[in-house]
Amino acid sequence: MSVFILRRMLQSVFVMVAMAVIVFFGIHFVGDPVYMFVSPDMDQADIEQVTRALGLDRPIWEQFWAFVTSALQGDLGQSFVFGEPALGLILERMPATLELAFAALFLAVVLGLPLGLYAGLYPDSGVSKTIMAGSILGFSLPTFWVGIMMIMVFAVILGWLPSTGRGETVDVLGVELSFFTLDGLSHLALPALNLALLKISLVIRLTRAGTREAMLQDYIKFARAKGLSRSRIVGVHLLKNILIPVVTVLGLEFGSLVAFSVVTETIFAWPGMGKLLIESIQQLDRPVIVAYLMMIVVVFVVINLLVDIVYSVLDPRVRLGDRGN
Amino acid sequence: MTSITAPLVRALACAACSAVALAAPATAEDLTIGVASEATSIDPHFHNLGPNNQLSFMIYDRLANPDDRQNFKPGLAVSWQPVNDTTWEFKLREGVTFHDGSPFTADDVICTFERAPNVPNSPAGFGTYIKGKTFEKIDDFTVHVKTEAPYPLMVNDLGNVAIISDEKGCSGTTQDFNDGVASVGTGPFKFVEYVPGDRIVLAANADYWGGAPIWETVTLKPIKAGPSRVAALLAGDVDLISGVPTTDIATLKARDDVTLSQGVSNRVIYLHIDQFRENSPFVKANGGGDIENPLMDQRVRKAISKAISRELIRDRVMEGLSIPAGQLLPEGFFGVSENLQPEPYDPEGAKALLAAAGVPDGFELTIHGPNDRYLNDAKIVEAIAQMLNRIGIKAQVETMPRSVYFSRASSGADGLPEFSLILVGWGAGSGEASSPLRALIASYDKDKGMGTANRGRYSNPEVDAVIEEALSEVDDEKRADLLARATEMAIEDLAIIPIHYQVNTWASKKGLSYIPRTDEYTLAQGVVKD
Repeated sequence: MSVFILRRMLQSVFVMVAMAVIVFFGIHFVGDPVYMFVSPDMDQADIEQVTRALGLDRPIWEQFWAFVTSALQGDLGQSFVFGEPALGLILERMPATLELAFAALFLAVVLGLPLGLYAGLYPDSGVSKTIMAGSILGFSLPTFWVGIMMIMVFAVILGWLPSTGRGETVDVLGVELSFFTLDGLSHLALPALNLALLKISLVIRLTRAGTREAMLQDYIKFARAKGLSRSRIVGVHLLKNILIPVVTVLGLEFGSLVAFSVVTETIFAWPGMGKLLIESIQQLDRPVIVAYLMMIVVVFVVINLLVDIVYSVLDPRVRLGDRGN
Repeated sequence: MTSITAPLVRALACAACSAVALAAPATAEDLTIGVASEATSIDPHFHNLGPNNQLSFMIYDRLANPDDRQNFKPGLAVSWQPVNDTTWEFKLREGVTFHDGSPFTADDVICTFERAPNVPNSPAGFGTYIKGKTFEKIDDFTVHVKTEAPYPLMVNDLGNVAIISDEKGCSGTTQDFNDGVASVGTGPFKFVEYVPGDRIVLAANADYWGGAPIWETVTLKPIKAGPSRVAALLAGDVDLISGVPTTDIATLKARDDVTLSQGVSNRVIYLHIDQFRENSPFVKANGGGDIENPLMDQRVRKAISKAISRELIRDRVMEGLSIPAGQLLPEGFFGVSENLQPEPYDPEGAKALLAAAGVPDGFELTIHGPNDRYLNDAKIVEAIAQMLNRIGIKAQVETMPRSVYFSRASSGADGLPEFSLILVGWGAGSGEASSPLRALIASYDKDKGMGTANRGRYSNPEVDAVIEEALSEVDDEKRADLLARATEMAIEDLAIIPIHYQVNTWASKKGLSYIPRTDEYTLAQGVVKD
């Protein structure tokens, strides 16, 4: 397995180099950020001074070289807008986004798995058909529309939940989390559900398909013939087998939850990384955009590794297959 | 996104309006404001940017504080006057204390103006307002400011810079301000807490020299998306919001649990016209061939102005929230002309002018504009294009995000403004007419610092002369006349085509209202109980 991982890491390095080049040069062609920062009262001399101070007067390849050399030392540059290290800004907002993503993932599993199992075990019942129809809605409705609807219904009309923001947080080992207060949870509920909706549908569909396929397999028939209880067949034999694709997909989807929860964070004014990214793009805060995308590459690489490991735990054949290499 | 979701909010909000009352806040003295954009730092000298200045107006005073119409009222200075052609004397307010209890004196003023232009990592600081001036402490409550030439805009400049404390602030880094260690001012509110992206909390300064504020604590919540801001107000999560999307205004007006506060802004929306190139890149002859730039002809520019129905834009695009413009600043501001009126809508007259200019069949033109900068900017550009089509100018529209737009509009591939006809806005930061005159109308001159935002490169030496005279005239009355004259000359020459002045809207829960400000800031001290 270690050879496997080593090879994967080498590939990742190439991916990151390519990513750095594409992102850095790509963002350079969008526009001149100086015009986003300067105050209208400034004259041309002031503007040029700002350009020099931000290092934007230097040729692009020189800027890129400076970026690469400091990135290798762990410094991804300073935000133009905040004047602080770009990576620090992102990490500061990361707990909020991770919390949102984990909550969404949690909802996807606790709601998606049972519903999908039910729909797979009793495919012809009315309830199952309703579940499947609901999952189609979950796929096809645009996130921002659903988000606005949720705010209107649960915050404005019913007044049950707060509409925006993060609410009260508790310091857990230096990280601010809202999991542990009622106020925090109430703020978390709507954005997490909004973000989870698509993933719930995904889990339902995967679970149902897996269940229907597995129920026809010989090992299920054999287990039945042995006289095992239905709950043991479903809970152990069936679940263990259908979980593999679900874990794989959720692993990858978790990456996208973290990386691009932009829409949900914007609608619910959730102070996470997605909101930072979208605002940095609007303001052309190049160092933050570059740092963000570089970090996302790392996140995806790590997640893929973790998924592989979980995979091999669930299905020993993966381990054996790799040893054969 | 805003434009798609806003009607939805409107529909739903209306369905709900009879059934729902706004939730009550914790106590009457707490105020929560949903602001459209967030300050990037608590350091008042870090970035000369709207959201940052808005925040610093609550925590800090200036020597002269601009009121809601941008008239400079005594702040930490009780009076100011020129003692000779090149020296201004500021008498400081006695008995003022900072939030930490330390007294305010001339030392704080001197050190503030030393620090303000020199903040490390600042993307764009306050050096503009301070350069060319030397500061001298006469006694604890008298400061002299010297310039090389007569300088009438002294108060307007210094009224932009927040005064910080010598003991805490002047040696503080931006990080110290963000942490709350150095953020000590003399203003009506004290800094309490800053959670980036989520909230900024302020508390009343009971000892404020201008009287204690009515709000015990103030929480500023950044909510960028317009529909979310409206929803947060309707849900009772915030008491007041700024930047109400125009599409939601009719709905909110119909509700009896919401109060709207509206006021004209110092921002004029106008067209800049390429009038320096023989071949303008986005002007073509009918059929797409090259054509000598017709926009150089004053009659063509006049025709374009006549073709635009500013009333129609106000009624159909702006939901009534604009005031047709005939010059650079709305009435009531220093230096505006009383003789200028908005150009009346006159398509027939426009066609006649085109014929007289030798282009009776019009020409092809692309109008450029931003789509995320001003109220309904892209829609205005589209409306204007349709109106131009009516007089025979085949106008196309191209709008883009401001991050792309402004750098191309200022300096394209060859360092020159890239477009031919563009929609832009200008807010007069100084609160008087010299601000747009020197930036938009004066000939582009890098060394003099004139015409910085003159993206049409209009140039008229006679107008320049009047502007320069005004900029060194210390007598207020004479200066106002000169500014008005320069404005009249420029408008008659169609240096730019003014469209309208923006009207801004704040919405609050019933029982509160907001005193609108021309500088568009949302300040807790401007929120009043009815």
